[in-house]
Amino acid sequence: MLKTLRKIVAVGIVSEPLPPSDALLRVRAALDRRVARLLGRALCIRHVDAGSCNGCELEIQALGNPYYNLEGGNIRFVASPRHADLLLVTGPVVRNMAAALRATYAATPAPKLVVALGDCGCDGGIFGAHGECLGPVARVIPVDVAVPGCPPDPVRILQGILTAIDSTSAQAAAEARDAP
Amino acid sequence: MPLTRWWSVAYEVAGAPRVRGVDTDGDQWRQIGRDVAAAGGQLLALWVDTAAPGTEVYSAYLTDPGVLIARLALGAGAIDAGYPGLQDLFPAASRLQRAACDLSGVRSSDPDQRPWLDHRLPYEFVRVQGEGVHEIAVGPVHAGTIEPGHFRFSVVGEKVLRLEAHLGYVHKGLEQRFTELPLSAGHRLAARVSGDSAVAFSWAYCQALEGISGCPVPPRARRLRAVCLELERLANHLGDLGALGNDAGFAFGLMQFARLKELLLRAVRAAWGRRYLFDVIVPGGTAADVHAEAAQALARAVRAICAELAELRVIYEEHEGLCERFAGTGRLEPQLAARLGVLGLVGRASGQARDVRVDLPCAPYDEFPAIKVVRTEGDVAARVALRFEEAQESGRLLAALLAELPPGEHVAALTPPSADAFGVGLIEGWRGPTLVALRAGAGATVRRCHPHDPSWQAWPALEHAVLGNIVADFPLINKSFNLSYSGVDL
Repeated sequence: MLKTLRKIVAVGIVSEPLPPSDALLRVRAALDRRVARLLGRALCIRHVDAGSCNGCELEIQALGNPYYNLEGGNIRFVASPRHADLLLVTGPVVRNMAAALRATYAATPAPKLVVALGDCGCDGGIFGAHGECLGPVARVIPVDVAVPGCPPDPVRILQGILTAIDSTSAQAAAEARDAP
Repeated sequence: MPLTRWWSVAYEVAGAPRVRGVDTDGDQWRQIGRDVAAAGGQLLALWVDTAAPGTEVYSAYLTDPGVLIARLALGAGAIDAGYPGLQDLFPAASRLQRAACDLSGVRSSDPDQRPWLDHRLPYEFVRVQGEGVHEIAVGPVHAGTIEPGHFRFSVVGEKVLRLEAHLGYVHKGLEQRFTELPLSAGHRLAARVSGDSAVAFSWAYCQALEGISGCPVPPRARRLRAVCLELERLANHLGDLGALGNDAGFAFGLMQFARLKELLLRAVRAAWGRRYLFDVIVPGGTAADVHAEAAQALARAVRAICAELAELRVIYEEHEGLCERFAGTGRLEPQLAARLGVLGLVGRASGQARDVRVDLPCAPYDEFPAIKVVRTEGDVAARVALRFEEAQESGRLLAALLAELPPGEHVAALTPPSADAFGVGLIEGWRGPTLVALRAGAGATVRRCHPHDPSWQAWPALEHAVLGNIVADFPLINKSFNLSYSGVDL
């Protein structure tokens, strides 16, 4: 016990500040200020692997390490979509997971947000789209924010999540799209 | 005839060291299996090739002299009749044969013909009946950040009477996809068969390709590849050790090991420019070089991490609550592990003393011999201890490998192999022996590529290891195996 306590004191606090959001990651300007206020910064996330190679999962797990201080930012992963505000979806969506992904989306209470993670989630990645692979997450459920990378590093994932709940970035994305 | 006779009549196969092949008829196909089993060998992989002029079935065996590959050509009329199954000799063959059938339409003669990767048909679980028996269905979407799969528990009260896993949820059509990519790009897909084993799979792919191309890999590249492989092993073991502590209620362990893993990933990024080594192993060598200063910085980071690892091991071993949860939980007896043909880390924790780095070393492991770690208890505690010891061994190897990198190029030019050339790569990844069988097509294309993750052999063993345990210990036992879903779902 003494060794454990000594280790905790010796290591100290290694947490780093959260990164800023990034409007460039936004693909759908669905969020209004009311929803942003409703969720505030207490966000519950349900991760769904819809066909990933498990590379993105490694970096999602890294979000839980003390450096990224996810829970310090009032963001946490929950065990059920029924408790979730946001679905974090990895992988090209494969045929064998499409029904489970749709069911998970349906079980998530509105208002809900979806972040597609990794090159595969964004555009199908190296796996392409053929019989077994349906491809990008947006082909199966509506996506608000897409974070490319293979795998995206934890800071990029955090930026994607923060972008999803940032109504100013939603407005910026809408304006960018409406501009001629 | 004894295995040594098969070995002496077999022809050399390009790629990994000591791989040989034998062309068989239906009787010899079974006889090789019997002779391998009698000599204490194990089934390494099994696949069907329908891209051949005629359909061919392959089995690869891991034996003392080396890897023996049996090829059975099926005549046009024989395809519907199938081929002789190997389930009675090697239980792991069952799912491999069913998966191969879903992918190729070619059946084995074994009785279990349920689909495996093809989920369009309903799947019938084996039912356990009796007073008080009920089923718990879990997945495919799990409660944590892990891959999808379905587990069906039959329980009485808390006690598990039977577990049956149904996988294939992340089936991506990998083998089909390989044939759509040029030979020179297949390593990128190989790295994504199971992302946590990116180095092992991409190295195995490149080893097969370089073998059939006759490409000499520069000594510097070989050394750098081993650095990558040991970094991958160390990173995964650190992650698992933290998660295992957490699953037994010791959040301190998760935080400390997650911190060490993050420190390692940052050191990897400083040396390689990326946290995960996805596309670093390329045909002919490595995509990037590591310069002397960066190599020394990486070696220092690894040394510091391993010093903390030793400190944390004492804390784990002195923690009575942890020790009680680990000891005796999820036991896989050595005899059963041998019967089921379990390979790699899970096998070594149950007395199966195989490590391709030691038994069939490719360069640079011939110059830098790894020390094989084996335990016989077969429980969660043994798999934890094995990870601690293998992580330290990786640290020792990394120090030696990085001490003085050989001069020269880090990549060599590759000449495309002739059409139909066949090679096999075999690398001891952190989970175990990782195989890639590759047949080139005309014009530098892939005619057939089969990747094999050692999780195939260990998934059925997990179903045995949980028997008699309580449901609440399943997450801990499952984590101590930490098997790949993507790697076997193909």
